Amino acid sequence: MIKYISEYRDKKLIEDTLSEIRRISHKPVTLMEVCGGHTMSLHKNGIPALLPGTIKLLSGPGCPVCVTSRRFIDNAVAAGRMKDTVVTTFGDLIRVPGSETSLEKEKADGRDIRIVYSSADALKIASENPNKKVIFLGIGFETTAPSSAVAILRAQRETLNNFYILSAHKVMPPAMAALIDKGVKIDGYICPGHVSTIAGSNMYLPLVENYGVGCVVSGFEPLDLLQTIYMLVRQHEEGSVKVENQYIRAVTPEGNLKAIEQMDKVFEPDNDWWRGLGVIPESGLKIKDEYKAFDAYSQFQLDEEMDASFIEEEEGCRCADVLKGIISPPECSFFGTRCTPEDPAGACMVSSEGACAAWFRYSGKGLVL
Amino acid sequence: MCLSIPAEIININKDKATVSVGGTRYQADISMVDGVSPGDFILLHSGYAIGKIDSTKAIKTLALMEEIKRKAGD
Ligand code: SF4
Repeated sequence: MIKYISEYRDKKLIEDTLSEIRRISHKPVTLMEVCGGHTMSLHKNGIPALLPGTIKLLSGPGCPVCVTSRRFIDNAVAAGRMKDTVVTTFGDLIRVPGSETSLEKEKADGRDIRIVYSSADALKIASENPNKKVIFLGIGFETTAPSSAVAILRAQRETLNNFYILSAHKVMPPAMAALIDKGVKIDGYICPGHVSTIAGSNMYLPLVENYGVGCVVSGFEPLDLLQTIYMLVRQHEEGSVKVENQYIRAVTPEGNLKAIEQMDKVFEPDNDWWRGLGVIPESGLKIKDEYKAFDAYSQFQLDEEMDASFIEEEEGCRCADVLKGIISPPECSFFGTRCTPEDPAGACMVSSEGACAAWFRYSGKGLVL
Repeated sequence: MCLSIPAEIININKDKATVSVGGTRYQADISMVDGVSPGDFILLHSGYAIGKIDSTKAIKTLALMEEIKRKAGD
């Protein structure tokens, strides 16, 4: 029994919260869970099937692996082919297809590609291998970007001159705004809990003010998610949109100021490209010039630019529409046939947090209730 | 990879701590959180503590859920 997890899986409370949701929900409402962790938990626990027909759930672009471009993989592959380099990466990324190959295939071909659990592990590899150039693939949102910043600051303090980060770090609110700008109809956002642990729930105030969309920050256990859905439905029924915080045990209005300070020291906002959404202004995190000695893009002359004609998906893969909530995964003709977690055609099936993978693994069989 | 789990701090050595997740021990970088001591719970995300878990507020959340339950019973 793990504290702060098991209490939020209480069967009786889950049933009661569900019946309260059913009781108060009258008007049709579309809610989007932005975070891949939420997508996984919702499906694993079979929640979508238990909600009344008035509530439609969409999955959003909050799976870092899913929104990362092929160009990023191509750059990681190019770096791995250079002399004396070691590419270190979170495990999820290794099977994502690049234009011609994946990091997994490169590893099989003898390149030094290593899966790490943390950027701290990559730092350790760098300090133990002074003759190698160690590149860490920095993907993830506000949750992960501060730890990449800490790693760079530590490398600087320890005068490690063989550690680099290839940053595809991104921030969430610009993508949440872009979805609405693109015409996706969303009444309420189930806001990412751990992104908010760092960035704070106040981060969503402009979304509420400018777009009139409800925002509730949510934890990850079944009761957390149901309570969040309850809060969003109540907002919708009462016609009062606001920022609410269900995940008060881990999220404050202002966030983790110490983490934000380190992130802001090392990174600055930059335009960035998202699968399905294209280029979103100020949505990426670029390493500041001051720290360019640790920036793999500048140190290995990699190509950061996205060419407009660059084809992102294998023909037929509808990841882009899945990430915008336009279709649900089973509507893709490859789903479960040409594309499975064992042999994925698109990034949304690779990561366990991807919407396609979550649907494939759990749909119809994920009930704990 | 976005997964963060509640972990209990066992002991602290400057910026590093040994933490326990249901009995399994991990090393965590705690440089991003202030004022934690053994017995406190943090959220562990890819080797870094990204925030503290507030036990009083955790109880409050459950109390709110009980309230919804009472309403459901009305
Ligand atoms: S099922 Fe596979 S091919 Fe279809 S959208 Fe998802 S990842 Fe792409």
